[in-house]
Amino acid sequence: MNETTGSRPRIGLFVTCLVDLFRPTVGFAAVKLIEDSGCTVEVPMAQTCCGQPAYNSGDRADARAIAEATIEAFESFDYVVAPSGSCAGMLKKHYPGLFKGDAAWEARATAFSARVFELVSFLVDVRGVRSVDVKRKARITYHDSCSGLRELGIREQPRMLLSSVKGLKLVEMKDPDVCCGFGGTFCVKYSDISNAIVEKKTASIDAAGAETLLAGDLGCLMNMAGKLKREGSTVEARHVAEVLAGMDETPPIGGWK
Amino acid sequence: MDITSPTFKANARVALADGQLQKALGNVRAGFIDKRRKAVDALPEFEELRDRARDIKNHALEHLDLYLETYEAKVLSSGGTVHWAETAGQARDIILDICRKADARTVTKGKSMITEEIGLNDFLEKNGIRPVETDLGEYIIQLRGEHPSHIIAPAVHLNKEQVEADFRRVHDHLPDHRDLSEPEALLGEARRVLRSQYFEADVGITGANFLVAETGTSIIVTNEGNGDLTQVLPRVHVVVASIEKIVPTLEDVSQILRVLARSATGQEMSVYTTLSTGPRRKGDVDGPDEYHVVLLDNGRSSMLGTEFQDMLRCIRCGACMNHCPVYHAVGGHAYGWVYPGPMGAVLTPSLIGVDKGGHLPNASTFCGRCESVCPMRIPLPKMMRHWREREFERGLNPATQRFGLGLWAFFARRPRLYRLAAALGIPVLSLLGGRKRRFAWLPFAGGWTRHRELPAPESRTFMQQWRDREAVARQAGR
Amino acid sequence: MSARDTILGKVRSSLHAGANDQTRRKAVEERLKKAAPGVVPARGKLPSAQRVALFSEMAGKLSASVEHVRKAADVPKAVTEYLRGRNLPSAVRMGADPRLAAMPWGKQRALELRPGPSDGDDEAGVSHATAAIAETGTLVMTSGAENPTTINFLPEHHIVVVDAADIEGDLETVLARIRKAYGKGRMPRTVNLISGPSRSGDIEQKIILGAHGPRALHIIVVGG
Repeated sequence: MNETTGSRPRIGLFVTCLVDLFRPTVGFAAVKLIEDSGCTVEVPMAQTCCGQPAYNSGDRADARAIAEATIEAFESFDYVVAPSGSCAGMLKKHYPGLFKGDAAWEARATAFSARVFELVSFLVDVRGVRSVDVKRKARITYHDSCSGLRELGIREQPRMLLSSVKGLKLVEMKDPDVCCGFGGTFCVKYSDISNAIVEKKTASIDAAGAETLLAGDLGCLMNMAGKLKREGSTVEARHVAEVLAGMDETPPIGGWK
Repeated sequence: MDITSPTFKANARVALADGQLQKALGNVRAGFIDKRRKAVDALPEFEELRDRARDIKNHALEHLDLYLETYEAKVLSSGGTVHWAETAGQARDIILDICRKADARTVTKGKSMITEEIGLNDFLEKNGIRPVETDLGEYIIQLRGEHPSHIIAPAVHLNKEQVEADFRRVHDHLPDHRDLSEPEALLGEARRVLRSQYFEADVGITGANFLVAETGTSIIVTNEGNGDLTQVLPRVHVVVASIEKIVPTLEDVSQILRVLARSATGQEMSVYTTLSTGPRRKGDVDGPDEYHVVLLDNGRSSMLGTEFQDMLRCIRCGACMNHCPVYHAVGGHAYGWVYPGPMGAVLTPSLIGVDKGGHLPNASTFCGRCESVCPMRIPLPKMMRHWREREFERGLNPATQRFGLGLWAFFARRPRLYRLAAALGIPVLSLLGGRKRRFAWLPFAGGWTRHRELPAPESRTFMQQWRDREAVARQAGR
Repeated sequence: MSARDTILGKVRSSLHAGANDQTRRKAVEERLKKAAPGVVPARGKLPSAQRVALFSEMAGKLSASVEHVRKAADVPKAVTEYLRGRNLPSAVRMGADPRLAAMPWGKQRALELRPGPSDGDDEAGVSHATAAIAETGTLVMTSGAENPTTINFLPEHHIVVVDAADIEGDLETVLARIRKAYGKGRMPRTVNLISGPSRSGDIEQKIILGAHGPRALHIIVVGG
């Protein structure tokens, strides 16, 4: 690792494909939060997607090819940070397994994975951030995305930082740890089942009585926001980084109303 | 039973539209999850016990041949008989033969998923033997001509009104004015009807939660007491068990028992844990004269040594399905064969073939809740992914899916081309998003927009904007 | 080739194991010989005096009723009173357990003792437990000439007598005791671990007591 005491760690931002295409604000919010924690941020151009669509469809060859490219693009950084529990989980927990039987690559992947973190847990667990200096007067509710929660153990970190936002009140929904039904390609391959799952989720969100829904994964957020809008709900959905960085002036995911 | 797993999607649609079923499924969410949580929280050693339980089964599986031999020798020395069955058909024939030799007309049955797996009831009936299910849930679904929709709560898909209607239809001695509106009354009625059946039966058939190699003991874990009456009253007791039920010692069983009931129903122990070793002994005043064990392979031996070996640790507690959002949405019957939920999604393709059961490992969001509650720490999502890999290798996925994935992968593997395509497409899509910033419909996105709006891209891609920002910064720096 | 040999052969080939692999055989023999206990919860390792209290508390949580009597001679009266308190006929099914047989039943003049296994028409049955487990409030019954298994399941009310001295902390200790009594690798025909009265949750997940086994479980702890 290149990090030395006193110098600013170099962070490679893994933007994630959904943030790149649909919600650049989350990327900029991530950059701001990471810089504020005393790091420098770079964004390697040779990144596309973490490879989950291939990996979870049983296509190991493409998943591995993408993993190789990602590792090559990022392995020189002190840390690799992604504003998504799902993508960070892929990089951190699943990449080494893709190279089973190829000792050299497996070692490289393992070394890489050790330096990968999801954004909010990076701020809290690695950088020791305990609060942010922003204001937002709103009642919010927080959905724990599955990979972040169960693969990376992210639960208290976002709540801790959110509790430091002035004017913000967190109201927990029922079963915040239950899947929203997104599941990547699952939501289109089994759209009826996905719909039944997200309907339960939006009912819990509505019942919580919050104005804003936050989560750490854009896939889940697009799913929940899309359903909330279809149901005519006024709850607005945002990535947690937008609020923590104070970059919440843009229209919420899926528009205002 | 008929396999309907290939039509999983259609089954799911029917299930989602079934109001009765949806109401009943609410009981799964409400009934099991909190109780498990409380039981787990009350035992500080629970996580450590999960590790132990996993290690015990791993050891037993790695030495399965030897433990099976030890177990068999012990059963024989306690006066029992062991029958080996490679296939479901062989197991059925062996059981029929035992019943015929006992001159059996009526057979009582304790709850057993393995006899569902081998389709025993239909087979016995076709051969003139009347099987009577004695577990309350199993009894109810037998009256309805259905199969269990859950491995420990077979009738969880039903509401009490449906059960009352079935009892009135079949128990023709029931006067109309008899109140059967509450579960208590329904249970009382079933208890009364089944009491005589235990005494009438010539053969009692149970499954086994565990087979102990050290002592040749079979163990059943139940709450109602029906399994015990099934095995103690008839002249012949038949235990049907698959080979992976083996556990080395009584101490090992003690460890796994501590995680079983807590994970299943949130009990610390089930009401009845019964250890049976051989037939009635000299001087005994009750108990069966004959004790038979049918050891069934039916595909297990070919799971050993593969990426699916871990699945053989499963102790059938049902926690995975109790916590599964997909199971909560569609119930057990939609899965189309004996084993539903996450454990079924892994086991079913192993037992009936991935060509028939292929939908099941795909119908998962990989939310990981199943693995997080599995007492045996079975990596269920990982194994579902392994099935997807097998399907992909064999080209079993639909052509449109493969094409879409191939196209996506083509770009994802070429960052420059990917950036270029995104830089061209995304601003256009963003513009089309209009003032609403979302789409109610979009070509090729029907799977998404059928049920939800598609949020529009904010603006240009992050990569485009970042390059601009870097360029500005460089200029300023210069 | 028999099904047995085919299955064992398939298991071995899947595990890449030879039939005469001495290392594997040794591992199995060792494990069976040692039968080492694993993780026993702290709750299962209490000293004797606290065990009785924990057992009573846990059994109570399972909807069993528990009463304590000072000595074995007090049991027949306790049984009579239990029956009277619940308006039950003054009759019990009872096996030939010598500990029960030694009690002064004759003093309970109205009480009818029916010997032998239950025929399914008994309102109440009396058994003597071999042991009990404090950790989970579980009774341990072993079958034999003197203890019919049917009494554990057929009567509506099951009254079980247990000596306080037989209340162990955990299941492992009880099983080790049975192993010692019957010899290594041998077991009674049936060991019933009973934790509360029979119940079912099969209709709408609502727990109802008295499914196919006893509706009520009454435990009489002697001494302690």
